Amino acid sequence: MSTKHLLLGDEAIALGAINAGLSGVYAYPGTPSTEITEYIQGNRLARERGIHSHWSTNEKTAMEEALGMSFCGKRALVCMKHVGMNVAADGFVNSAMTGANGGLIVVAADDPSMHSSQNEQDSRFYAKFAMTPCLEPSSQQEAYDMTGYGFRLSEEMRIPVLMRMVTRMAHSRGVVEAGEPRAENTLSYPAEPRQWVLMPANSRRRNDALIADYARFEKLAEESPFNRFTDGADHSLGIIVSGIAYNYLMENFPDGCPYPVLKISQYPLPRKMIRRLVDECDRVLVIEEGQPFIEEQLTGLLPQDKEIAGKFSGALPRSGELTPDSVRAALGMECHQRKGRSQTVMPRPPALCQGCGHRDVYSALNDALRTYSSPKVFGDIGCYTLGWLSPFNAIDSCVDMGASITMAKGAADAGQHPSVAIIGDSTFTHSGMTGLLDAINENTPMTVIISDNLTTGMTGGQDSQGTGKLEDICRGLGADPAHVRTIDSLPKNHDEMMRLFREEFDYAGLSVIVSRRECIQTARRHAKKA
Amino acid sequence: MKTDIVLAGVGGQGILSIATILGQAALKENLYIKQAEVHGMSQRGGDVQSNLRISSRPIASDLIPEGKADMIVSLEPMEALRYVQYLSPEGWIVTSTAPFRNIDNYPDLDKIEAELREHPHTVAFDMEETAKEVANPRTSNMVLLGAAAPFIGLETDKIEDGIRTVFGPKGDKIVEMNITAFRAGLERARRDAKL
Repeated sequence: MSTKHLLLGDEAIALGAINAGLSGVYAYPGTPSTEITEYIQGNRLARERGIHSHWSTNEKTAMEEALGMSFCGKRALVCMKHVGMNVAADGFVNSAMTGANGGLIVVAADDPSMHSSQNEQDSRFYAKFAMTPCLEPSSQQEAYDMTGYGFRLSEEMRIPVLMRMVTRMAHSRGVVEAGEPRAENTLSYPAEPRQWVLMPANSRRRNDALIADYARFEKLAEESPFNRFTDGADHSLGIIVSGIAYNYLMENFPDGCPYPVLKISQYPLPRKMIRRLVDECDRVLVIEEGQPFIEEQLTGLLPQDKEIAGKFSGALPRSGELTPDSVRAALGMECHQRKGRSQTVMPRPPALCQGCGHRDVYSALNDALRTYSSPKVFGDIGCYTLGWLSPFNAIDSCVDMGASITMAKGAADAGQHPSVAIIGDSTFTHSGMTGLLDAINENTPMTVIISDNLTTGMTGGQDSQGTGKLEDICRGLGADPAHVRTIDSLPKNHDEMMRLFREEFDYAGLSVIVSRRECIQTARRHAKKA
Repeated sequence: MKTDIVLAGVGGQGILSIATILGQAALKENLYIKQAEVHGMSQRGGDVQSNLRISSRPIASDLIPEGKADMIVSLEPMEALRYVQYLSPEGWIVTSTAPFRNIDNYPDLDKIEAELREHPHTVAFDMEETAKEVANPRTSNMVLLGAAAPFIGLETDKIEDGIRTVFGPKGDKIVEMNITAFRAGLERARRDAKL
């Protein structure tokens, strides 16, 4: 019996996975992927079954933990935002070499328009160079259906499957019809055990097999229920459209598209279907969310007989997410009658919450640094990145998870003083610890401030893996206990924080200051519960 | 039926609960729904919006095209204006006039109100004030939902059922408070729009 639910795209994947007999989800929080894991954590059946859903320390540990579960024959899901793929890449790319045993789906949620991210990388490229199949849902229902389908594909082909989401699919709700839950897999081991030991001799053999399999993945894409060729009466134009872009196309043709349309939601690209569309139409328009992944494979480097339009040709914008309006313009249709933008409206950028401990850290830090001629503060990824904005204007960099510590080290090596890193607790355990070890081993003259709010704040307050053990971790890595200091980030401690910061800036070695205060958002929630 | 709504406000104001309630009500009516919302960084006091589309026919896009929204429903007057390019010429703006000033260069409120009144179909009043009068300032989002209700194309008692479903777990008192706020908004809008 099927049931109807109103679900975010993320939640549709989660429910699809649970109903497909999932045994574990592994993830580090990251917008727009976080809600997949949160849904599983809150789902009754998942709890009854004891499905693993504890947060992982970072995307790489998540990826490898899921691979271990797959090795044992069970179905596992890994979820991350697109830049998390960079962290998980070693595990992901090599998981295509080991292959999967139990079904393994890796969800990468891209963020075109950078609503909450630092770049627009398109995860479909990862699937291509790792040589795995890739699924890209265009509706919440497809997201649900594809999860079960993806697990079956993964098990039949013995390969991890990448599912590419984009923000608008992850964070848009739609009605989903869900089926009955399937049982979990029982424990079983890989049929080809040597494939899991990636020594050169094994890897060479496996690489040949993977290349051969990749041709089969393409054949499956040709037959996929999610790739669809719909003919149209007007062959002056043929449209290749992928994932969510399909919705923007169809929005402009409520009574059906007059041109032939090839909708692509499973990769590798179905070559024959594309050939047919190109052969039968005078011109081709490629509409895809993200980078021009399909278009580039079609156009390559050399001139074409046929005009192929898309992001490279300028028919669609290269940057930012697609909209029904940008797709309409690419189709050569007139825009709808509308008012111009209001000239009165001012931008309203996000800001640190009132009552947030990061504010107290930045306020004391700025005051402490005032007497130095050229201080540099290397920031990191999290709410505290907002410290770049006024009124604090407190950081000089924000690059990737953990880069505050390593960049501060490189800067100190170059002669920078004071060289300060500021990093949140969750980001520290994600990717800061290894860099700190480098600095400890050389006793680099720099100061690391861990602004500990006891949670993963920016993504909505998920458990942070270092809570209660940050000082122990630093001392355990070998930091001098005399220079591992702790203070509460409170307005009343302003002067004391300032003094402590200055003492450690003036120490010619490595210091860690843990500045601690619970996130105001989670504190409110805890107060309500109590 | 087909109603496309841009919901607007400032992070933390509670526009997403409006979307949830309307979504529940529409689901019960077996209607098609798409609702795109914003999570993450912008929730920290920045501008937030949600595109809510309800229809008796399948809906293609998760985003509303420019010039096609039937309504802008906003908890903040400047935020209502941020999305006017999405409004169809016959569309309604329903907004609170209570400003949320967390930026230094917040425009002159008279100018904002004048621009809102220029539009032929506007319901604009201080919803925080109404919420305070009848219930609790935290229910201004339900005053807004009530004020928008006559234009949504769902029966008001179906929306009230949605409020009961969403706030039910928080207890009868909270449900009643929100229903009271909803009805106050509804009444005011009917009066203002001469319905």
